[in-house]
Amino acid sequence: MAFTAMVGARIRRREDPRLITGRATYVDDVRQVGTVYAAFVRSPYGHAKITSIDTSALKDDEHVLAVYTGEDLHHAHNLKSSLPVAHKMPDLKTPPHYALALDEVRFVGDPVAIVVADTPYLARDAAEKIVVEYEEMPAVVDPEKAAAGPPYVHDSLGTNVAFTMPFSAGDPDKAFAQADVTIKQRIVNQRVAPVPIEPRSMVANYDAGMQQLTIYSATQIPHLLRTQLAVVLGLPENKIRAIAPEVGGGFGAKLNVYPEEVVVSWVAMQLERPVKYIETRSECFQAMIHGRDQIDDLEIAARSDGTITGLRLKITANLGAYHQLLTPVVPTLTLLMSHGCYKFENIAAEVVGVFTNTMSTDAYRGAGRPEATFFIERAIDLVAQRLKLDPVDVRRKNFIAPSAFPHTTATGLTYDSGDYENTMDKALALVDYAGLRKQQEELRQQGRYLGIGLSTYVEVCGMGPSAAMPAAGWDSATIRIEPTGSITVLTGVSPHGQGQETTFAQIVSDELGVPIDQVSVIHGDTDKVQYGVGTFGSRGTAVGGAALKLAIDTIQAKAIKIAAHQWEANPDDLEYRDGKIQVKGDPSKTFTTAEAGFLAFMGDKLPPGLEPGLDATRRFEPPNFVFPFGTHVCVVEVDARSGEVKIVKYLAVDDCGRLLNPMIVEGQVHGGIAQGLSQALFEEVVYDDSGQLLTGTLMDYAIPHAEQVPHYELDHTVTPTTVNPLGIKGIGEAGTIGSTPAIANAVIDALAPFGVVHIDMPLKPEKLWAAMQPKNGSAR
Amino acid sequence: MQIDLTVNGKRTSLDVEPRLLLAHALRDSLNLTGTHIGCDTSSCGACTVLLDGVSVKSCTVFAVQASGHEVTTIEGIGNADSLHPMQEAFWSAHGLQCGYCTTGMIVSAVDLLQRNPDPSDDEIRAGLEGNLCRCTGYENIVKAVRAAGAAMRSGDARHSVDELMPIHPPTEEPPPSGEGIIPQQLQEAKA
Repeated sequence: MAFTAMVGARIRRREDPRLITGRATYVDDVRQVGTVYAAFVRSPYGHAKITSIDTSALKDDEHVLAVYTGEDLHHAHNLKSSLPVAHKMPDLKTPPHYALALDEVRFVGDPVAIVVADTPYLARDAAEKIVVEYEEMPAVVDPEKAAAGPPYVHDSLGTNVAFTMPFSAGDPDKAFAQADVTIKQRIVNQRVAPVPIEPRSMVANYDAGMQQLTIYSATQIPHLLRTQLAVVLGLPENKIRAIAPEVGGGFGAKLNVYPEEVVVSWVAMQLERPVKYIETRSECFQAMIHGRDQIDDLEIAARSDGTITGLRLKITANLGAYHQLLTPVVPTLTLLMSHGCYKFENIAAEVVGVFTNTMSTDAYRGAGRPEATFFIERAIDLVAQRLKLDPVDVRRKNFIAPSAFPHTTATGLTYDSGDYENTMDKALALVDYAGLRKQQEELRQQGRYLGIGLSTYVEVCGMGPSAAMPAAGWDSATIRIEPTGSITVLTGVSPHGQGQETTFAQIVSDELGVPIDQVSVIHGDTDKVQYGVGTFGSRGTAVGGAALKLAIDTIQAKAIKIAAHQWEANPDDLEYRDGKIQVKGDPSKTFTTAEAGFLAFMGDKLPPGLEPGLDATRRFEPPNFVFPFGTHVCVVEVDARSGEVKIVKYLAVDDCGRLLNPMIVEGQVHGGIAQGLSQALFEEVVYDDSGQLLTGTLMDYAIPHAEQVPHYELDHTVTPTTVNPLGIKGIGEAGTIGSTPAIANAVIDALAPFGVVHIDMPLKPEKLWAAMQPKNGSAR
Repeated sequence: MQIDLTVNGKRTSLDVEPRLLLAHALRDSLNLTGTHIGCDTSSCGACTVLLDGVSVKSCTVFAVQASGHEVTTIEGIGNADSLHPMQEAFWSAHGLQCGYCTTGMIVSAVDLLQRNPDPSDDEIRAGLEGNLCRCTGYENIVKAVRAAGAAMRSGDARHSVDELMPIHPPTEEPPPSGEGIIPQQLQEAKA
C-alpha cells in the first residue's frame, strides 16, 4: 500500500506541545546572566520642540547604568541615526527618522531617551526622573488638512505631502461621459492598531571578545533586521546574529526595523551587557505601527444594467510622522488592487501620501488590499442600490470570466487563476441566498432589520517577485538528511503562529518518505538558517514552501544517483514514488532517502564524481504574485431600538488553491475574519486635534472578546495556481480582506429602508441608531 | 518582604518588594515563564493563574497578596508527560496559533469548567471574556473547551505528548524510524 499522504491531512501542529504547556521561549523568556533593563522616555505631545533634557536626578543612582538621548546617538561613532524605508519611488520625500528624537518630537510616543537599570521596575522609576522640557508646536492629524499646508510635520520639507502617484488606464473621461449613472462616495478606512498579544520585545547582547551583537527580537524578519542593523549600526553583517524565538503574533506590525531595536542594540554595545526591553501595552499602542487610515474618494460610472465602466479614485493615505520600513508602499498596493475581481478597464486614480503628527502607518494584515477591497465591494453595493439591482447580479455582471485567466488588469497585475462566480455560487447556495432575501422582506414588515452582505474579494499575496518588491522577494530552504536518517529543514521564512513547522514537515514527509516526527523545521535564527526574507504578505508557504519543494527536488535527484549506483542501474530508470526510490513502475524493490543519506555520509559507496553528503539549499524566485479569492456572506440583524448589530450568520468560501493542512488554513481564515470584522464594527485608533492618543490602552481600544464574534462557517473551492510548484496561494490575509466589506455591506443593507447609502466604520451602535431615526419629522 | 506561598504544589519563600506583581514574581523569581504578560490594564488575561484554585490575573495581584496561598500556573496544569485534557483539546482543535494568549486562556478555561462542567457555546464565550486572543477568532478555542468538557465529564485519562505522537497516519510498511536507521544490509555490506 502506498505511503499515506500527509499533505492535505489535518495534522495536529508539532509546535503546540511547547506552547500549551508554557514551555515555549518568547523574547521575554530569554534568560541571560547579567541582563539589565531598558525603559524609554517618550513624547507626551503630538508635536513639540525639545528645549532641555535633565537627567541629573539619576547621576548618583547606583541602580542606573546609563542614560542616552537623541543627541548622544546623533554624535555616536558609526551610528547612522536615521532609520530605513524600503521603497522604489523616485520622488518620495524621506525626512530623517532618528532612533531617538533630536530637537523635535512628532507624535505621542516618539522616543526621546533611553535609561538602563538593574531591574525593569527601577528602569521605569528612572525614566520618570528624567525631566524633559518641551515647547509645544502646532500639530496636524487630519491628512487632508495636512496636505493643504502648514503646520508641517517636518519643517525642512515645506510640505506634508510625501508623495503623489497619478495613474490612468483606458479612457475614464469617455466612460464617465457615456455612463447611465455615476455615483460619488467618500469611504473612510479608519486607522486601526494591530495588537498582537505579545508586545514588541527585544534583548540585545554584545560579545566584545567576538565583536558579535546578538539580538533576540519579536520580529517577522530576522534576516532583514540583521541587514538593516548592520547598515544603521555600522557593523559587519556577519557580526550580527538576529533571532526571532517564539513570536506572539505579528500581523505585519513586527515586519519592521523599529527605533527601539536600533537603540537597544547600540546600548548593549556600549554596556557590553544584555539589555532587555519589553514595551508596555500603552507604549505598544503609541509606537507600534498602525494600519489602514485612508480616505478613499470614489466615483463610479456604470450602465443601467450594472456594468461598471469607469472608476475615478483619490486615495489619501495618512502615513503618520515618519516612514517605517514599508509605510509608503502600503497605499500603492491599494491602487494596484482597486479593481478587485472585476474587469474594470477605465481607471483614473491618484494616491497621495501625507505626513501627520501620529504614529506611522505600515503593513497591517492585508496592507493596502483590505482598503481596496473595502471600497470596491462597497462600490458594487452602491451601484446595486442606486440601480435597484441585486448586488449578486452586479457582481456577476462585472466578474472577470474564468476563461480570461491569466488576466492582466488595468493596473498591470497578472491574475494567475480564478473562478469568482464559482465561489460565489457555492456560497449563495450554502446560505440559501434567495431564502434569506425573502426572510429579510418578511422581517422588515415586522420592523426587524436583517441585512445581507457579500464580499467577493481577490487579493494579491505570496509577496512576491523581486522585481515588484521594495527588497528581495524570493525565499530559501535547506534540507539536510542527517546520517541517522532524520531530516533537518532550515527555512528562510519566520513563522509566528502560521504552523510551518508542521506543514513543511508534512511536505518533506510525503516527498522524502520519512515519518513526520523525523523532520525538524528550524527557523528564525540568522546564525543557523541561510538568508531568508521572512514571513509577511502571505508568503510563508507560497514562497518559502516553494523553495522547500525545490530543495526536495535536488535531494531526490541526488538520492536517485546514489541508489542507482547501489543497484548498478541507470539513474534515468529510477523514480521517486510515494517517498521512495524504485525502478520506474516497479514498486517491488525500494530504496529510501534515509539509506541514500547514510551512504552519502559514509562516502565510500558513492558513484564516481558525486560529492558526499545529502543536503541542498534552494531559493525560489516567484515569477508572479498569487491571487487567492473567495466569497464571504454575512447576515446581521440591527436592533432598531439600540443600533446594536447581531451577526446571525457568517459564511466564507475561500479559494487558496491546494490545501496543505486544512485545519491550519481554517485557523488562518477564522482569525482573519475576526480581525476584519472587528475593524468593521469595533476598532478605531483616535487622536485628538493636538495629536493626543485617546485610545492608548486595551480599556479604550476595542479588540473583540469571544462573545463579540460569531461562529464562522467555512467552505472552499480549489483553483490551483501555476505560479509555484506546490499549486498553493497564501491564506494569511484573505480572511481579513474578505470580511470587512461583507460585514459593512450587511449592516448597511439592513439600514437600506432608512435611506442609508453608506456609513463609515466602525459601525458602532450610536451611529447606526442615529441613522435609523426619522429625519425631517417624517416617520418611516 | 518575606512571603511564603505554594506554587504548583511546591512550597517556596521569596523576598520581594511590596510592589512586585505576582506575574513578575512567577516569571522572574521562579522562572515560570509560561505565564505571559500582554497588557497593563488587566484586559488581556495572558497572565491568568489559579489562586487557591480560582482564576486571577496575576498582573493585578501583588506577590505579597499571594503569601500563604496556593498558586497554579500553566506549568502546574500539565506537562508533556501528562497533559491536562484542556491542553490536549487546545492542541487537537487547533485552538492556538502564536501561543502567547494560550497559557492564560487554558488556565481560564480550566477554571470555567470547574464552575460549569457542561457549558454551552455561549457560556464558553461569556466565560472567557477576560481573555483576549488576536489569532484564532475564538472559533477553535470554543471548540477546544467544549471538547475538553466532554473529555473531563467522561473521566478520560490524561495523555502524554508522546502518546498523541507520532502524528503520522499508519502505513502498511513503516518507513525507517530513528532507531536502527542504518539498514541491516548496509551494515553488513560495510563490515
